[in-house]
Amino acid sequence: MGMTITEKILADHAGLAEVSPGELINVKLDLVLANDITGPLAIKEFRKIGVDRVFDKDKVVLIPDHFAPAKDIPSAQQCLEIKEFSREQGLTHYYEVGRNGIEHCFLPEQGLVVPGDVVIGADSHTCTYGGLGAFATGVGSTDLAVGMATGEIWFRVPESIKFILKGKPRNPWVTGKDYILAIIGKIGVDGAQYKAMEFTGEAIRDLSMDGRLTMANMAIEAGAKNGIIEPDEKTLAYVKERAQKPWKVYTSDPDAAYSEVIEIDVTNLEPQVAFPHLPSNTRPVSQATQVKIDQAVIGSCTNGRWEDLVVAAEIIKGKKIHPEVRAIVIPGTQEIYLRAVKEGLVEIFVNAGAVVSTPTCGPCLGGYMGILAKGEKAISTTNRNFVGRMGHPESEVYLSSPAIAAASAILGRIGSPEEVA
Amino acid sequence: MAGNKISGQVWKVGHDVDTDLIIAARYLNRSEPEFLAQHCLEDLIPNLLERVKAGDILVAGKNFGCGSSREHAPIALKAAGFSCVIAESFARIFYRNAINIGLPIIVAPEVSRTVQEGSKLGVDPVSGEIKDLTTGTVFRGEPFPPFMLEILGKGGLIPYVREKVKNRG
Repeated sequence: MGMTITEKILADHAGLAEVSPGELINVKLDLVLANDITGPLAIKEFRKIGVDRVFDKDKVVLIPDHFAPAKDIPSAQQCLEIKEFSREQGLTHYYEVGRNGIEHCFLPEQGLVVPGDVVIGADSHTCTYGGLGAFATGVGSTDLAVGMATGEIWFRVPESIKFILKGKPRNPWVTGKDYILAIIGKIGVDGAQYKAMEFTGEAIRDLSMDGRLTMANMAIEAGAKNGIIEPDEKTLAYVKERAQKPWKVYTSDPDAAYSEVIEIDVTNLEPQVAFPHLPSNTRPVSQATQVKIDQAVIGSCTNGRWEDLVVAAEIIKGKKIHPEVRAIVIPGTQEIYLRAVKEGLVEIFVNAGAVVSTPTCGPCLGGYMGILAKGEKAISTTNRNFVGRMGHPESEVYLSSPAIAAASAILGRIGSPEEVA
Repeated sequence: MAGNKISGQVWKVGHDVDTDLIIAARYLNRSEPEFLAQHCLEDLIPNLLERVKAGDILVAGKNFGCGSSREHAPIALKAAGFSCVIAESFARIFYRNAINIGLPIIVAPEVSRTVQEGSKLGVDPVSGEIKDLTTGTVFRGEPFPPFMLEILGKGGLIPYVREKVKNRG
């Protein structure tokens, strides 16, 4: 019996010839990641283990991005804790504000994650790196502490669900975000619980790297352990420019076993909008055009990449944000920010009346920079729309692609780019 | 905690209770358990901390703990006084986190469908046996794999790993 890409990566990192779903294995880690919220707790637990040093100072990455640049004194304290720990341990990969970005945009961009890696991060969206063909999953701070100390972690080998995306979308505004929202809408927020989501098919091959990272990013919103896409020539072109270490390409065997195979034809897929209060509550955008909005957010580890800003700028160029709407644009990293300045995107956004922020996770999790008041509604390119996610428990978040969020910012209600052309 | 029987009054919540509801991100600029407990489930159950008694049991529907990896969520529940969470199913990161910090959690699909809010339950977290002390009904929760029992037996992942590291020399 063949193995899936997920099984092969895990087997190799456990020193086993083969593994099968359900098996509990001990896996060697290529990278261990935490941020300013989860890092301090992980450091506290690390101190209790009884080792002085992290397992490998080149493989532990700490990034202040959630409440950073610090929004208040307690947040500043948390940022300081991960900075001081990084200094104490001599970590190679600590990145201060101004030289970093939103972790899941930053790590692939900087070539810190490569195909075939096993990565754990104390952040649920660590699954993003599956877009590169890595096994990457979110864990809590205690698991992370053990990872930092030992360079290993136990896993239950997940079953895999194969999603075959067929066809080419007729609607030019359909992106990876729409694919993943449609999938979550179909299978539900626990539809892939404990499992690997493997995305394949013509539509995936046609998808950019930015789009693939977006899809893998939201695997957790279906309850998955990881999302993964086999590396192809696009992946390798992306990786070759950046990689700071060697990589290994794994692919699924033709006779690998899947718990389920789900085929989706994207030819007639419309851009999707997830209504409050679950990412699975999706509808085509044409059924969402009655929703008036107070805020539009374009950014986050889901959609703060270069391509996302380009699409938004294309739609916003020469127009004005609706007078009653706050539009917040957040480049995912400093590199993307600089490029957006050089290539005139920032000017387009500012001229239209949008705010352009330094990279931060702030608004996505209701941290800062775009908190919603009671009764307010936002359209957002982020990944979650749970109750109170972006502020007041009686506010509402609608999830969409950057194209839909940009068009909605101009319209003052949810709508499509065609409506503002 | 292994072998320690639990009993307490039931609090019920529905499906897909996410980590933002358990502890909202606006409180994640701090991580002291007592602080997190003050805001545990506050957008779902107002004034929870004033009303919950130490040892009470939280009974949930499907996919409890979905969303973020924040360990603050099980920490808040434990610090608020909950001795155990029983659900139809758990989100996987939450499940790991709860075991890792020594908060007993049990998958028992029938419990949330049958047991009433305010009932008293007796729970054996090791065998997974759950008894409704009001009606006498007995439920079987899914037992933990031996490896996870070992972690729980040591009081969580850190004591378990500390011992392994020490033995390695």
